[in-house]
Amino acid sequence: MTEVEWTIVALSLKVSIVAVLVTMPIAYGLAWVIARRRFPGRMLLDALVHLPLVLPPVVTGWLLLVLLGRNGAIGGWLYDALGITLVFHWTGAAVAAGVMALPLMVRAMRLSIEAVDRRLVGAARTLGASPFRAFLSITLPLSLPGIAAGAMLGFARSLGEFGATITFAANIAGETRTLPLAIYTGLQVPGSESAVARLAVISIVLSLGALLASEWLVRRSQGARAHVL
Amino acid sequence: MSFDVDIDMAVDDHAFALKFVSDAKLTALVGPSGVGKTSTLNAIAGLLRPRKGRITVAGRVLFDHAAGVNLPPEQRRAGYVFQDARLFPHKRVAANLDYGEKLAPPDARFVTKAEVVNLLEIEHLLDRLPATLSGGEARRVAIGRALLSAPRFLLLDEPLASLDESRAETLLTLIERLRDELDLPMLLVSHSTAEVERLAGRVVTMTQPGQA
Repeated sequence: MTEVEWTIVALSLKVSIVAVLVTMPIAYGLAWVIARRRFPGRMLLDALVHLPLVLPPVVTGWLLLVLLGRNGAIGGWLYDALGITLVFHWTGAAVAAGVMALPLMVRAMRLSIEAVDRRLVGAARTLGASPFRAFLSITLPLSLPGIAAGAMLGFARSLGEFGATITFAANIAGETRTLPLAIYTGLQVPGSESAVARLAVISIVLSLGALLASEWLVRRSQGARAHVL
Repeated sequence: MSFDVDIDMAVDDHAFALKFVSDAKLTALVGPSGVGKTSTLNAIAGLLRPRKGRITVAGRVLFDHAAGVNLPPEQRRAGYVFQDARLFPHKRVAANLDYGEKLAPPDARFVTKAEVVNLLEIEHLLDRLPATLSGGEARRVAIGRALLSAPRFLLLDEPLASLDESRAETLLTLIERLRDELDLPMLLVSHSTAEVERLAGRVVTMTQPGQA
């Protein structure tokens, strides 16, 4: 790979890894609440979490711009109070990727939390565990395969993120130009067909690897569950 | 008084009321399937909340609807041996045994892990995962786990169900020993008349509403 390609791949990996790491605890919290709590507005929360999956990504990007842009409700505060700017910055690309990956991650984690027998939590409570301790020692470790699968899925989704990223974080070489954006940029320039093809192959290899890893984790978790019964 | 229970419960579509006072070391709860025996154990353990009533075990009020008392399960300190053992599938037998012991107040403990392992003959199982245990083995581990959590009373849900005769006899003898050697009120749910006659000092019969 050329140096330019390395820069693009490294940036893509950095954006995706940070996006997944930051989104993971949020996704798990949402997954737990949706799986285990019954409250008015639960359906609405579930729908909101899934929104990035069905909205045109450019709309999600626009919403991020409205909320997190320099003049946005949250973005303005971030800049004034902490001096943080997300727009035109790789962290903005990570935010866009994280938001787009959230529904997939919540879905995988929620399924694995629902698969944890609640009666095991009850057993832990009779043995003297507080609700939080029972969560840490029973629900969390038993839903670990779903956390890993969700993270992998989210990572694969982040690698491919385009619409929300280009809308929110723009297409700046070395800063927010991830693989899909670099491919798109190459397509605009006549004579760069082979460069585009190379990037496309790299993209396919990375995505396929993440997907296979996720599939393997799911399989392993199903195997473990069959073992439990 | 070991058990003083007066509850009114609704579980799914089934509603029932139960009232009994027992002074026996081991009280048996009998009745047809679906009458609410396990739900009663769950209510005493704090896993289900009755609609109203009062639950007192060994002089301690665990639930009192009128007074607004409803201790969470971890404060009730029930040694609950579930019918399906309900061992933690991701922890080895040794870790399952340790789970409640680590959470028990040190001065409340009355047996050591070594004693429990010896008594229940589960030494050879300590490194195994619950999924690899037979029904009888899992139940012995479950009893050990409950005893090590330093419970104030024991709830046994069909401890001998689906065990072959020799295994059942071993466990029966063990329960007798626990009854005679420990100062723990015990509540046993059972379908077996022979088992109940041999173990229980007091039998509480639950009947379907309308049959009583």
